[in-house]
Amino acid sequence: MIAELGQFALIVSLFVALVQAVIPMVGATRGDRAWMDVAQPAALAQFALIATAFGALMTCYVTSDFSVLNVVQNSHTDKPMLYKISGVWGNHEGSMLLWVLILSLYGMAVSIFGGNLPPGLRARALSVQAMISCGFLLFILFTSNPFTRVDPAPLNGDGLNPLLQDPGLAFHPPFLYLGYVGFSMAFSFAIAALIEGRVDAAWARWVRPWTLVAWCALTLGIAMGSWWAYYTLGWGGWWYWDPVENASFMPWLAGTALLHSSIVVEKRDTLKAWTILLAIVTFSLSLLGTFLVRSGVLTSVHSFAADPSRGVFVLGLLVLVVGGSLILFAIRGPGLKGGGLFTPLSREGSLLLNNVLMSTAAGTVLLGTLYPLFADALDLGKVSVGAPFFNAVFIPLMVPMVMTMAIGPLMSWKRGDLAGALGRLKAAFGLTLLVLIGTWLVAGGSAGPLWAAGGLALAAWLFCGALTEWAERVRLFRGPLSETVERMIRLPRSAYGMTVAHAGVAIVIAGITGSAAWTVEKIQVMHVGDVASVAGYDLRLEGVEDGIPGPNYMILRAHFVASKAGHLVTDLYPEKRMYRQPPRPTTDAAIHTNLLGDLYAVVGDADGTGGYVTRLYFNPLVPWIFIGSVTMVIGGLVSLTDRRYRVGAPLRTARAAAAAKGRV
Amino acid sequence: MLRRWSTLLPLAVFAVLVAFFAWRLVLITRGDAPNMIPSVMIDKPAPGFDLPPLVLDRPGTVTADLAGQVTLINFFSSWCIPCRAEHPLLVDLMVQPAVKGKLRLVGIDYKDKPEDGRGWLSRLGNPYQAIGMDRDGRVGIDFGVYGVPESYLIDRTGHIRYKQVGPFTADDIRSKLLPLLAELSK
Repeated sequence: MIAELGQFALIVSLFVALVQAVIPMVGATRGDRAWMDVAQPAALAQFALIATAFGALMTCYVTSDFSVLNVVQNSHTDKPMLYKISGVWGNHEGSMLLWVLILSLYGMAVSIFGGNLPPGLRARALSVQAMISCGFLLFILFTSNPFTRVDPAPLNGDGLNPLLQDPGLAFHPPFLYLGYVGFSMAFSFAIAALIEGRVDAAWARWVRPWTLVAWCALTLGIAMGSWWAYYTLGWGGWWYWDPVENASFMPWLAGTALLHSSIVVEKRDTLKAWTILLAIVTFSLSLLGTFLVRSGVLTSVHSFAADPSRGVFVLGLLVLVVGGSLILFAIRGPGLKGGGLFTPLSREGSLLLNNVLMSTAAGTVLLGTLYPLFADALDLGKVSVGAPFFNAVFIPLMVPMVMTMAIGPLMSWKRGDLAGALGRLKAAFGLTLLVLIGTWLVAGGSAGPLWAAGGLALAAWLFCGALTEWAERVRLFRGPLSETVERMIRLPRSAYGMTVAHAGVAIVIAGITGSAAWTVEKIQVMHVGDVASVAGYDLRLEGVEDGIPGPNYMILRAHFVASKAGHLVTDLYPEKRMYRQPPRPTTDAAIHTNLLGDLYAVVGDADGTGGYVTRLYFNPLVPWIFIGSVTMVIGGLVSLTDRRYRVGAPLRTARAAAAAKGRV
Repeated sequence: MLRRWSTLLPLAVFAVLVAFFAWRLVLITRGDAPNMIPSVMIDKPAPGFDLPPLVLDRPGTVTADLAGQVTLINFFSSWCIPCRAEHPLLVDLMVQPAVKGKLRLVGIDYKDKPEDGRGWLSRLGNPYQAIGMDRDGRVGIDFGVYGVPESYLIDRTGHIRYKQVGPFTADDIRSKLLPLLAELSK
């Protein structure tokens, strides 16, 4: 009954989406306000209906209703409640439902918070949103129905892939989708603007906060996925250039470029066509990710059961959405005239450079991901593209990018003063040199540490550059303290956001460098009582306990005591888990962090003579990768609270002005 | 004029992409790809190779070892996540009564750092009877490896009889590998 209710709600939501797609668009063309205003209640209704369907599926999971095929295939009564819930989106059908739920959530947000948008723009954007909704609802209903019944119902389900039974991965997809789908907002507004043929500062101001929300969610989602890989896959790595990781990374790169180019549109009224194109490309890459993961075109552990009929459907959707929007862009793009002129050496110039490098990076990742496919099609032989390719092309793109990241914000709009900007970065440059030489001396003069010293110096350069820009703006140590404090209070939140986010990038770079250069690992067979040393720590295997019952698995747990120079540091309890349904082993690393590095222990198989294979690591600076990512997200959130984006801020200003007039 | 062309460019790039995808989907629908890319190597003798051992307790691998028994050569890599998913299936496969003694499983650690490959095996278990190290991927090229994981079933005379592109699934093992193994070991 619950399942049928969900199915019914989903079908009705399709019709609501159809209405929302057609009526407001026609209304906007005719200038009929009543027709345009259909969009808001329709968006609310659409969200309510899809939420009902989602709730129905969740209810089936929570109550373990094994008459629903999707629950049978992905759940089991043994599973802890958290994974019964996360199992809803741990499969193809359920995750598509989450996808449209989030899409309709954004639609609802526009209808609630979009009161001060020009009515035509709002109606058109909501209509485009609904068109995307229609496509995906049709996809779910015709190829991936989560509510299909099975008769007779089995006694129990097949269980969820144990690798997915993890708190980090339970919340990774919702954030990822908040990001992916969030870029649909920028897309819808871009299409609406193309139809209207007008892109201006107000448009950019409307699009930027949505892009920022999506970007923050995506950054967090990717960081969570990476953190999960770091502690569950058990070899201390945190990024693998897997096709599906790349699928989430490409929209991130394009979205980051969009975030920066929309600033130029807002402040300088130029780079319009480029920004519109980026908005289209960013969302297109999100859709492409969906296609790659679900069509079976590329193989990856993340792949959902591949089904060519689904692939054909998503490809058709891709052609309609992306092809349609690119045709619109080809027709209307040339008409988008930029206003402000600028020289290459200016704030605009440096933001443009950022854009070019970011887009090239996204293109490179796309090429690397799809290259095996192209090569095969063109008979260039069968090739594989792995981490070595990506490292070789990605790092050379990022180095100039990070170098200019410190300089760009110090340049003025229109015509910047490079010498002046570099002059103000003297202190940062000095510190960078200090880090470079210091790292080189401390780590020894061989070739490996030389590039590592370069990496850390780059991080220091960016970090100091970001702080310098902030110090310049508040005239730190330059003027009287009262003036500095005054300026600190007056400085817009978006400026703070930028400083924090750029500093976050610097922290991530330091983390990546540290983990790539100085990871220490030891693999050995240990018996109880044996001591192994790694990076100055002594780890003694105190004992190994087998057969500890977990909720739906058996645990083999090792106990290490870590000490440094005779002082106890910590106890580590790495585990190896054997799940009952499906019967698969997983590893659970034990990690002790002191923020400068992680002591990381994994226990492996018994060797048959009472010994165990153990793998011990010291991963220097790896926590910085995750700390830096979170710092970037915080920067984004701070920027989001800037008053010029604050929901309804222009409206309140207008009202206040009207009230002031009334008083006079 | 230039501007008009430049705005058409993204559309052109996208059209090329779609053509590739459509071609790929046609292949998949026909059952040719990606898990069954027709290998030009099928029914040809396995290419010659001589690889140093990856781990101390198992030998490396040379072509001559292929004679006399049915062999499954599995290309894997520690940096490859699909291999991570496939690995437990191989461990399970090798202890099945239908397989024990009839199939020799040879691993080739493809474009990998030896220490990473060793760590991978120590953590996940070692189902291989012999493991070679193909650091520069040369042997992979000879075999026509498209990406990891990839596996080749080789008969007693050293001829390639089946190619699995991408990870084995439980279904692939049941419906393709085991029947073929039964036939080849008659």
